[in-house]
Amino acid sequence: MSRRIIKDKVAKIVVCLFSGLTVIPLAAIIWELVKKGYHQINWDFFTKVAPNTLDAMLAQRSGQIIPGGIANGITGTLIMVVMAALLAVPCGLFAGVYLSEKPHTGFSKAVSFLTDLLQGVPSIILGIIAYAWVVKPMGSYSAIAGSIALFIMMLPLIVRSTEETMKMLPSNLKESALALGSSYRSVILKVLLPSSFGGLFTGILLAISRVMGETAPLMFTALGSMQVNWDVTAPTNAIPLLIWQFYNDPNLVGMIWASSLFIMILILILNITASRVARKWKIR
Amino acid sequence: MKSASIVKDKIFRQLLFVAAALIILISAGMIYSLTTGSFGAFSKFGFFKFTFTSAWNPTAGSENYGALSFIIGTLLTSFVALLLCIPFSLPVALFTGEYFKGTKIASFLGTVTDLLAGIPSIVYGLWGFYTLRPIVQSLGLGENGFGILTAGFVLAIMIIPYAASLSGEFFKLVPDDLKEGAYSMGATRLEVVRHISLPMAGTGIFASYVLALGRALGETMAVTMLIGNTNGIPFGLTSTGNTMASIIANQFGEADGLKLSSLIALGLLLFLLTAIINLIGRLIMKRVAVKV
Amino acid sequence: MENKIIENTVLKFEHVSVSYVPGKNAVDDINADVKEHAITAIMGPSGCGKSTLLRAINRMHELYKGITVSGHILLKGEDIMEMNPMQVRCKAGMVFQRPNPFPTMSVYDNVLAGYKLNGIKLKKSQKDEIVESCLRDVGLWKEVKESLNKKGTFLSGGQQQRLCIARAIALKPEILLMDEPTSALDPIATNKIEQLALELKKIFSIIIVTHNIAQAARISDMSMFMYLGELIEYEKTKIMFTNPKDKRTEDYLNGQFG
Repeated sequence: MSRRIIKDKVAKIVVCLFSGLTVIPLAAIIWELVKKGYHQINWDFFTKVAPNTLDAMLAQRSGQIIPGGIANGITGTLIMVVMAALLAVPCGLFAGVYLSEKPHTGFSKAVSFLTDLLQGVPSIILGIIAYAWVVKPMGSYSAIAGSIALFIMMLPLIVRSTEETMKMLPSNLKESALALGSSYRSVILKVLLPSSFGGLFTGILLAISRVMGETAPLMFTALGSMQVNWDVTAPTNAIPLLIWQFYNDPNLVGMIWASSLFIMILILILNITASRVARKWKIR
Repeated sequence: MKSASIVKDKIFRQLLFVAAALIILISAGMIYSLTTGSFGAFSKFGFFKFTFTSAWNPTAGSENYGALSFIIGTLLTSFVALLLCIPFSLPVALFTGEYFKGTKIASFLGTVTDLLAGIPSIVYGLWGFYTLRPIVQSLGLGENGFGILTAGFVLAIMIIPYAASLSGEFFKLVPDDLKEGAYSMGATRLEVVRHISLPMAGTGIFASYVLALGRALGETMAVTMLIGNTNGIPFGLTSTGNTMASIIANQFGEADGLKLSSLIALGLLLFLLTAIINLIGRLIMKRVAVKV
Repeated sequence: MENKIIENTVLKFEHVSVSYVPGKNAVDDINADVKEHAITAIMGPSGCGKSTLLRAINRMHELYKGITVSGHILLKGEDIMEMNPMQVRCKAGMVFQRPNPFPTMSVYDNVLAGYKLNGIKLKKSQKDEIVESCLRDVGLWKEVKESLNKKGTFLSGGQQQRLCIARAIALKPEILLMDEPTSALDPIATNKIEQLALELKKIFSIIIVTHNIAQAARISDMSMFMYLGELIEYEKTKIMFTNPKDKRTEDYLNGQFG
């Protein structure tokens, strides 16, 4: 009897202990980023482009912080994520609506299967694909190529979240809208999509936060650039890509912490907003 | 006006259809591009020879490429990650889905694991490089702390949140009346977990780990930064190596000709590997979902 | 009031059958004339096809695959199968079992939902007028006039159902179809809806599907009794309840099955 109770207690302690241990990496990572990165964050960090390696070396020799910032990464990430989202959001919403409206046809089952498949494709392969589809035909690395890779990554995420959210809507909602004589189009656009706004918006935010930190699909599509670049047909940088370049340059390696801290904060804000929205707009 | 709205409805339905068809188009295009891209390598070496030999020699004139060392590197790191992930993700799943189900502390832990899942791969790589690697090095495991073990450890941390949140859902699905039945006969919590919850949720939890494995197989940046990037067959846990993803990340940018084709072929193999693992995971999961 | 002669026909069923599975009719060969400015109750045990018949009137069956409707339904002499389904649904308003105001719209917008969804543009003054008169018609105006901009889902169940009725009558339908409108409500809210139906029949014609025999007796002028998809008896409510012709009707009214 008492042995059973002791075993039970031990099990509970083990569960709590190991659960607690998983918190450590998060705390350790955030702590390291803040500790090593905060002094690099200033106004220039957001408004100046990445320094060249010589300037960085000279500054560090004389004991100063590395001059310059990640403006080229910030603008590049912005351009590519926005372009990817502009493609993925309408396509994803519509495909998700299609799947939730006609779930049982062979076509839908095929689409659903392939959505799962796409969701599991490693992001580096999306880089290869965007290279083959965009970089090679255009003859140049570009923001377009990067955003195509990110688009393919976002698409299945939005399709799934849309489908799941739409399936949670009460079925009489659609009927009651149709009973008022409205067209199929306005039932979807004016009733069903707005009613599931919370879930859809959360899904979109999470998809954006997933692709924002991606490096692998951009390495041989967007490539990187040392200037702020608004030309979507030219090579463009992104924050994660810059981190990779800093990491590989002994003189610039001091920049990695502040850059990582910044992208982490962005992703954190997106994640927290997403869960807030999800809670606030829960379908009742 | 009404007939105009019927026409608009038709167009709208077609738009929905086109969006869904786009998924098929992209998937088909992907398989097509990977296959045609790897044609050069497969026609030179043959599919089986390419897949099951380990040469990686880019010297012009005696170029010879094989995928085996990278396939082994991929499988080794991923399975190390999976093994290391289980003792942490299972307790987290039990914590959120069973022991403290629905409490504030459970939702806090849920948020923490969500945030862990949101950390970019490259940041995990930096942390692994600057914090973990020196520790591994001081323990004398691996060259300068690089290798399968270091990469596998960071990979484990990366897949814990995914495995934990998926398997936690299956614990939550275990019906309360079953558990109450066991409690009413005097069972302790541990006994309920062992004899009711685990058997009930077991298949789903297994599927969660299969999907977590699928994630680990394709992870790129963190592994690239920690595995040591050598091209031979890894000989043990402390050995350096390369995974399929990491060799592509390292060499695709400067590659052309036969080497490029070989890298795309590696991409195709990685695609197939992850697709198969993911499909197995999803298939099991669908079975479970139908039953519950 | 019950002596008022109700003569004009608003809706005519001619050999109406509905089937979910080929060869098996869930509603079988219904023939009946529904009178104007009357409440017609459709009663019967679960699965007798009463809701199925009701939903044939505004062609809701077309939303689902594999359901076939045959025969003719004439609304004010016009065959609904020859109209456009959206037009039919504007002319036949429907109130559902569970109150279902649109969760994203305010009370105000819920009343106007029919216009919004059909893309009909109205002036602000017209909108205000429709909202006020419809909400007055359903007796909700006093309760909600201070909170017209709040979401409809914050109202109580009974208020929500009256809002749904307001939404249906805002389009000035020829006929109001009520599918067990009180089955999700408490007795007080139910009573209010019943009183409201009695008021509304002065303006509209109402068909109400109910499994509540007492409710049919309380509010309807005409009663249909359906059993296994067939229309067994269709009579003035007074007559049917005091002197049913068919044995099955009698058994049902006595609580023998259902």
